[in-house]
Amino acid sequence: MIRYFKKQNFWFVFTPYFWLVLFFFIPLALIFKISISVSEWGMPPYRDLFSLSEEGFKFDSTLSNYLFIFSDPFYIRSYLNSLSLAFTSTILCLVIGYPIAFYVAKSQANIRIILLVLLIIPFWTSFLLRVYAWKVLLQGSGIINSILIHLGFLTEPISMLHNHYAVILGVVYTYLPFMILPLYGYLVKFDLNLIDAANDLGAKPVNTFLKVILPLSLPGIIAGSMLVFIPVVGEFVIPEMLGGSDKLYFGKIIWDEFFVNRDWPVASALAMSGIVILVFPIVIFQLMYAKYNFKNE
Amino acid sequence: MSNSFLEIIDVTKRFGDILALDRVNLKIEKSEIFSLLGSSGCGKSTLLRIIAGFEKPNQGKILLEGNDITNLPPYIRPLNIMFQNYALFPHLNVTNNIKFGLKEESISKQEINNRVNEILNLLELNGLEERKVNEISGGQQQRVALARCLVKKPKLLLLDEPLAALDKQLRIQTQFELVNLQNKLGITFIIVTHDQEEAISLSDRMAIMQNGEILQVGNPVEIYEKPKNTYIANFIGTANIFHILNIDNQIIIKDLNYEIKNINNNKNFNKCLIRPEKINIKKIENQSGNSNVGIVKEIAYLGSYTKYLVEVNGIQFYSFMQNSLVSDNLQIKWDDKVEFKFNDSSIFLFND
Repeated sequence: MIRYFKKQNFWFVFTPYFWLVLFFFIPLALIFKISISVSEWGMPPYRDLFSLSEEGFKFDSTLSNYLFIFSDPFYIRSYLNSLSLAFTSTILCLVIGYPIAFYVAKSQANIRIILLVLLIIPFWTSFLLRVYAWKVLLQGSGIINSILIHLGFLTEPISMLHNHYAVILGVVYTYLPFMILPLYGYLVKFDLNLIDAANDLGAKPVNTFLKVILPLSLPGIIAGSMLVFIPVVGEFVIPEMLGGSDKLYFGKIIWDEFFVNRDWPVASALAMSGIVILVFPIVIFQLMYAKYNFKNE
Repeated sequence: MSNSFLEIIDVTKRFGDILALDRVNLKIEKSEIFSLLGSSGCGKSTLLRIIAGFEKPNQGKILLEGNDITNLPPYIRPLNIMFQNYALFPHLNVTNNIKFGLKEESISKQEINNRVNEILNLLELNGLEERKVNEISGGQQQRVALARCLVKKPKLLLLDEPLAALDKQLRIQTQFELVNLQNKLGITFIIVTHDQEEAISLSDRMAIMQNGEILQVGNPVEIYEKPKNTYIANFIGTANIFHILNIDNQIIIKDLNYEIKNINNNKNFNKCLIRPEKINIKKIENQSGNSNVGIVKEIAYLGSYTKYLVEVNGIQFYSFMQNSLVSDNLQIKWDDKVEFKFNDSSIFLFND
């Protein structure tokens, strides 16, 4: 560890930390501060934690925002909805993304570059536009309904938009590359001889996959799943655009509290609890996994 | 119906436009160590992969003990392969690497443990059971790879460049160990290698391959002493190849202006091979009266023997002299005149 503190390494190591403190920890601390403040009318719509008045120095803090959200099943349900959306879409991304990642990793170098570019090309268009495109595709007068009617499968358009299936579709579509790319990163290093070796030792293809390929790509699976799961829990744009009133999601609730209800303290409390509930299991998992990896290095 | 252990019949393999194997025929007997020798790209590895079942031939058949295994998937074939990079499973420890293949068979836990212990003893891997495969040395990895195959009790073991990843000292020691192990177990070995010394010292028989074809099959002595053509002669060891003139009943080495006398062969050959260790040279002071005289152009002292490059009439050849008579041949210096001598019986005549 000591060698990292040599002078020439100082900026190299600490620049990212300064960045994190400036743009991550300070805003987070501000959110925390708001979350324990008392709500009131005005601008900003909360009372300062510390104030000086004729009565002297005053510390004004409350946990009522937290108590409020945990006493209302509406918020808890929205959080569970978001977790379930994140879980479902992570599994779907994994199931769809794994074969794609494997195929890309194992194709010839010149084809591989083309496939990787194809994976990245969607990022050249705004994510909002791409989600909006799904809206156009799925709507009653959209192309999918038209084709199905034209082919005689439907007599009148069905409503594919504004339900939680459309949300899952949009999320899986948007986050698929975040699953594929880390998986690809691990699979491309995978020694194909290991598959031959397993086959040669008597393992049928299914066992070869379960006993050799899967365990060795586990770090990629974990990395990809984290990259999908964590942002989807707070996802708010896709449910807003494709979702309906059948399920409310956490991200949208926070948005509404901030901008519709203008209750910044409750919104901040929601954001903070979301982070805490999500971060602790992940940190514990990461530590356990690091320990496991260390033991197996 | 022949009863060779493994028969490769007319096997042809194409990769796109490239003909990797061209109607290869080969018979390998039970319990022999057979080497496939050739430079890279000659098709030897492709042939090994076809025997293992990783590739399907475009044409031809593979018979193991008379049974056609051409279309069997690798996990059903009663043979195993040791990979050049060993292909050990990095997420498993030594024991679990060895157990891997046994777990795919329907045998009891007790039996698995017995066989694993047996093989750990045989290959002297005790004490490494719990180690990760990347924590052990290259030589130990090689033995784990071998153990992982042998524990399955295969009928045939394929070894792809088995010693290539070891350093020279270890390689020589491991060569002996491999031969001993094979003698003890009686399993047929097919070894792919580009290293001619390795092939000569390991094999009972060997096949020389070039451009997807088998050029010659034979035991190491036959291949070394009686190569079919110039390519093989040069590939195995160092070769002095000379042109032959057939005039009337005389057979003359054109390049050396030397008549071969004690040979009763009426066939017309156009080339001959004399291995360098079969040519002796001796320093001479003056040329008069000596016919076979050349000039030493290069000297390389290699400890047990010395290499001399000798030039005669613009033709160069090698002579290897044992350094047992140090006083004698160490006196030879660059540009010295030497008389060279060889036995007529050590000349091998061939057509190429």
